Amino acid sequence: MRFIWLLALFCHVAVADEPNPQRQRELLNMLKHDCGSCHGLPPRGGLGPSLLPEALADKNDAMLIDAIQNGRAGSAMPPWKQFLTTDETVWLVRLLRGKDWEND
Amino acid sequence: MMKTLFNTLPLLIPMLLAACSQADLRATGDLGVVIEREQGSAQIVNTSKPAMLSRIEGLGDLSHASVVFSRDQRYAYVFGRDGGLSKVDLLQDKLAKRIIQAGNSIGGAISQDGKVIAVSNYTPGGVKLFDADTLEQLAEIPALYGEDNKLSKVVGLVDAPGQRFVCSLFEGNQIWLIDAKNPRQPQVQKFQNIGKQPYDALLTPDGHFYAAGLFGEKGLALLDLWQPEQGVKHILQDYGKDDAQTPVYKMPHLEGWTVAGNWLLVPAIGRHEVLVVDTRDWSLARRIPLAGQPVFVMARPDGRQAWVNFAFPDNQTVQVIDIKDFQVVKTLQPGKAVLHMEFSPRGEAVWLAVRDEDRVMVYDTETLAETARLPAQKPSGIFFSNRANQLGL
Repeated sequence: MRFIWLLALFCHVAVADEPNPQRQRELLNMLKHDCGSCHGLPPRGGLGPSLLPEALADKNDAMLIDAIQNGRAGSAMPPWKQFLTTDETVWLVRLLRGKDWEND
Repeated sequence: MMKTLFNTLPLLIPMLLAACSQADLRATGDLGVVIEREQGSAQIVNTSKPAMLSRIEGLGDLSHASVVFSRDQRYAYVFGRDGGLSKVDLLQDKLAKRIIQAGNSIGGAISQDGKVIAVSNYTPGGVKLFDADTLEQLAEIPALYGEDNKLSKVVGLVDAPGQRFVCSLFEGNQIWLIDAKNPRQPQVQKFQNIGKQPYDALLTPDGHFYAAGLFGEKGLALLDLWQPEQGVKHILQDYGKDDAQTPVYKMPHLEGWTVAGNWLLVPAIGRHEVLVVDTRDWSLARRIPLAGQPVFVMARPDGRQAWVNFAFPDNQTVQVIDIKDFQVVKTLQPGKAVLHMEFSPRGEAVWLAVRDEDRVMVYDTETLAETARLPAQKPSGIFFSNRANQLGL
């Protein structure tokens, strides 16, 4: 019970990291349409690979965040760090890992 | 009196019948299709009014889609990302037939005689041929390359005179010339090492040249279809080789060819410019600086103007180039995410798909002013039925 303030602090940090609702809508639109122009919608893959949860299961967060932020040399994947903060990238990766494209 | 009526009755009945069915009569010449990418539907539109006539749903994943038309312009064949091939009846506002022919597809073409549909696939990499009438599969051509026989993604598939198709292999670095005179046993002529990673291609309107844009290196791979035995030539190899390369946020599309004089206008990949090529000797005539990385560079049918849209993050802008002196004469801001442009058959109007504003906008190409807007759900591609009569589209 004594540490409930600590829990509150953690929650606060988690909330602060999340993009605001307006930005979340923009990011989702970007994911569907700008990422989707190469990865598909739902992102089953196209010129770029599949981004469905099962396709990402064996890839760690660091690698995915790096791929989005810095692009992938030798492929058509460009760096997005000019348009996405690290927090926003983390939010997108978390969203992709859990997204049920058929039913959401 | 009775007699008069009796005499005119045979005349009157067909007239009455004609009046009843008049509302239903629809000529295909001014029809078009607008792809709605998020919900996997397509609008059938009238390009003369302009107006939406109906919406066809259930076309699958249209996150990347393209359309060709049957030669009688009655049917639109929609190629979806998910390998779906849908045949839409423009007269009856319905889906006539639909198959899933592959796992992942990028586009298609219709043969010179209108009898064969060809689809280019990413997964499994290759080309498939179908009967345009029944969508029965006629042949499968796997895009095998290299010593270990890997499958390549196939891009830039077009029809060509002589009942042929031409396509490029993205990972395979090849151009394939497919003779489909016997569509159940197509003959493939392969051109290897044409340049790194061809990403899309175009055919000149006369069907003479096939040009594939390269992603992995500078320039274009050019095949003279009148003399394929001469092989593929690499052009514009040296342009901008000392310029810093910028990331590419959307693959450009090669479609549209400006024939004012002898000019070919193509997007410079990763750069904020359009390249003007002199087709007499395939040299670079000039570079036109623009507002962003071009995606489509579309020539007005008379070749006087080229309209250019751009990749993210500049996709709210459209620029108009006057071919007379290669100057940008207008910069338009139609709205967020302009994805595609389509000219009316003779070019007095152009339609723009403005994805994030959920609308299609029509501009007068002479005054460069907006003349109409139509609601559409996340519109992407716009395709008019006069494409039925054009080679290579």
